[in-house]
Amino acid sequence: MGNQLNLFPENASTFASQVDYIYLYLLLVCAVFALGVVVAIVYFSIKYRRNPTHTAIQQVEGNMMLEITWSVVPLLIMLTMFGWGAWLYMRMVTPPKGALDYYVVGKQWMWKLQHPTGQREINELHVPINQPVRLTLTSEDVIHDFFVPDFRMKRDVVPGRYTECWFEATKIGSYRIECAQYCGTKHSQMIGLVHVMSQADYDKWLSGNLGAETADAAGKKLFEGNRCDTCHKDAPDARGAPLWGVYGTQVALRDGSTVLADDDYLRESILHSTAKVVAGFEPIMPLYDGQLTEEQVLQLVAYIKTLKAKPKETQ
Amino acid sequence: MKLLARVFSTDHKVIGLQFFWSGLLMALFGALSAMLIRWQLAWPWSEMPVVGGLVFPKSGGVPSPEFYSALFTFHGTVMIFFVVIPLLTGWLGNYLIPLLIGARDMAFPVLNMISYWIMPFAMASLAIGFCVEGGSAQAGWTSYPPLATLTSATPGSLHGQTWWLLAIVLAGISSTLGAVNYVTTVVKLRAKGMGWLRMPLTVWALFLAACIQLAGIPVLTSGGILQLSDRVLGSGFYSASGSPLLWQHLFWFYGHPAVYVVILPAMGVVSDVLSVHARKGVFGYKPMVFSLLGITLLGFMVWAHHMFVSGMNPALGMAFGVATTLIALPSGVKVFNWLATLWGARLQLTSAMLFALGFVALFITGGLSGLWLACTPVDVYMHDTYFVVAHFHFIVFGGSVFGLFAAFYHWFPKMFGRMLDERLGRAHFVLTFVLAVGVFLMMHQLGLAGMPRRIADPTVYPSLRHLVPLNVSITWCALLLGASQVLFLANLFWSLWRGPRAPRNPWKAASLEWEADSPPPHGNFGAQPEVERGPYEYDPRTDGRDFQPQAVTLFPPA
Repeated sequence: MGNQLNLFPENASTFASQVDYIYLYLLLVCAVFALGVVVAIVYFSIKYRRNPTHTAIQQVEGNMMLEITWSVVPLLIMLTMFGWGAWLYMRMVTPPKGALDYYVVGKQWMWKLQHPTGQREINELHVPINQPVRLTLTSEDVIHDFFVPDFRMKRDVVPGRYTECWFEATKIGSYRIECAQYCGTKHSQMIGLVHVMSQADYDKWLSGNLGAETADAAGKKLFEGNRCDTCHKDAPDARGAPLWGVYGTQVALRDGSTVLADDDYLRESILHSTAKVVAGFEPIMPLYDGQLTEEQVLQLVAYIKTLKAKPKETQ
Repeated sequence: MKLLARVFSTDHKVIGLQFFWSGLLMALFGALSAMLIRWQLAWPWSEMPVVGGLVFPKSGGVPSPEFYSALFTFHGTVMIFFVVIPLLTGWLGNYLIPLLIGARDMAFPVLNMISYWIMPFAMASLAIGFCVEGGSAQAGWTSYPPLATLTSATPGSLHGQTWWLLAIVLAGISSTLGAVNYVTTVVKLRAKGMGWLRMPLTVWALFLAACIQLAGIPVLTSGGILQLSDRVLGSGFYSASGSPLLWQHLFWFYGHPAVYVVILPAMGVVSDVLSVHARKGVFGYKPMVFSLLGITLLGFMVWAHHMFVSGMNPALGMAFGVATTLIALPSGVKVFNWLATLWGARLQLTSAMLFALGFVALFITGGLSGLWLACTPVDVYMHDTYFVVAHFHFIVFGGSVFGLFAAFYHWFPKMFGRMLDERLGRAHFVLTFVLAVGVFLMMHQLGLAGMPRRIADPTVYPSLRHLVPLNVSITWCALLLGASQVLFLANLFWSLWRGPRAPRNPWKAASLEWEADSPPPHGNFGAQPEVERGPYEYDPRTDGRDFQPQAVTLFPPA
């Protein structure tokens, strides 16, 4: 069942193998029925093809006992499927008491996650093993879906409301997060990883992420973490306005006017990007109003101020 | 004036054939988009053949992610709302209902004509979407808000989505008008002696499908109008501060029963075709009718099984899970009765018969995979993966489309007065069946490995890269499946002009339509038929026939 064979994803949560058992039960029952029907069709097609004893065909209107048999037997089998599924499903939607609370925010096209202890991550989530983890999810824009195949866990992430799900990881390793609900152009690139660690490693990881840092360093992280650099990059095909050396200069806008690029302008453009759009660019930047704390906006502005006209080659 | 009268004809047969030709045209676009989708999934971001150079001259024929999103949105929309629904209800419903119940026309011929002529406007709306800024709709055929309502969410939501909604609303109005006609005609215009339990199963199925449409479409249409209002008037029914889930409920309230709109008529057709070409009456006629009724009623209680992971109350998930499981029961009854019909019969493996047999095999496979999706914990894993894509293609392609082909080969002589080439027809069946299994069976495995649907590039995920060979082989099967439909088109057009003249009753079938000329004249029957017995009486007669026509026959045995 490992990733070498790749028939099944990994079994990495308490639910995974239980879901797989139901799956195998369904597979067995359905394979028997499907093969039975297909074999019967082929057999009848050959045996009764141009049946020469046509005159002897017995015209049967129906048979009540047969109808009852082939209604009741499948019904009983289906009820076992439903009962087993219902039992497991109720457990899957009821997080145990004392689960660790993590928060997940989806947006086009990334995951923002926060630990109970306050650490934030982008597209990556570190969790301890053998510890129930409850996720509270919401979205900043459209509907996404937080899907970890190796945990057999999936939950829609809906704007304007919270959804929740939980899991308990049982194997140390890194597992992919997929967005399973189509969410726009870069849906297929909205991916991430869950890192399951031993409790000791997790504690170490947490303590390593508390160090103080300067405002612009924090801003740089925010800038990269929020993927600002996918649009605001120093390339001719950049979809966002160039930021290198912009601070303190006059910027031409779409409506023909110009504006001085000062702290207030940068702040406004981060939170309400459509208010003053730079000439030659589309108003496509998401609004960060309410998404960033004032502290974070300040850090971002601090970082943009450090960008000089000639950026270093980063790659 | 004569031409106008023919184009805007109120004859149910002309209108039925208009639905046939426009459905066929839309099916070509739908099939083309399917092959382009498969191209992208097998060879992401490579030059698309044929259309690539036309649509993306700048990038050297390489598609953009936006175009891919527009493609699968278009494919789903066209195939559901412009191909299978109009063909199974518009074409078969219009053409067959009056003939099979012994009526001269529909109850409301003018309404019938209007119901067809709304469709070109719906198609035009869909086409205009491709010409507006931002391109055609890109929110999927399910068009979940806020992706579909926020104009900044995806380029297609700028203007394209508005045209998409207009197309859906218009197609919905067309279907509603048609459904009013089918229901009224079956209730009021049955020939003398045509009791409810003497109707061929095709009529029962078309009647119940129309009932589903009458109850369901108004909900989807109003939902669509609310979404239009969100987009055009700035209301917020489905916004984050409103309820994004409301749309999902309204959409699936008809969106799911729509599956039964396209599977019930196919079931009816298959029952009739199996019986005629097996020279044996349908086994268990009454259980067949009751199972159609059961599917119709249960079909309205299962819609939220599309929403198990949406954040809906889990208790609701249980209720919809049990209803969804139960709907397998009447479906199973039908399959067993079809098998019992074949048992001890005298099968003639005509093209129509082969497609009907293929239907049973593919339908049972697609139906059984539905049980996995009804089982909530398994659905949590399978939801929105390729397993779901595999499942509903078995139903819609293996079920509805195979039913359509069976109907085409069975009733073509009646509709066009010519015989099709049987050898071409059988070759068409073999290729279509084998390649359809090649395309859709392996998609289950893609889903099981965790490949989500609607992703433009499966190679982004390191853990999905091992699926590349599988994706490539599925694409080859899809391309060949598309190409093999040339046999169908060649047969259609060659036989239309060059096929041998069809006799009145080439299959020696017992139902009423075979009493009319091929093709039937305006008014269908010379004298009003009087029905004396059920539609499935196939026992040898002293007069040399092996069937008993439903009506007092107007013609002596040949």
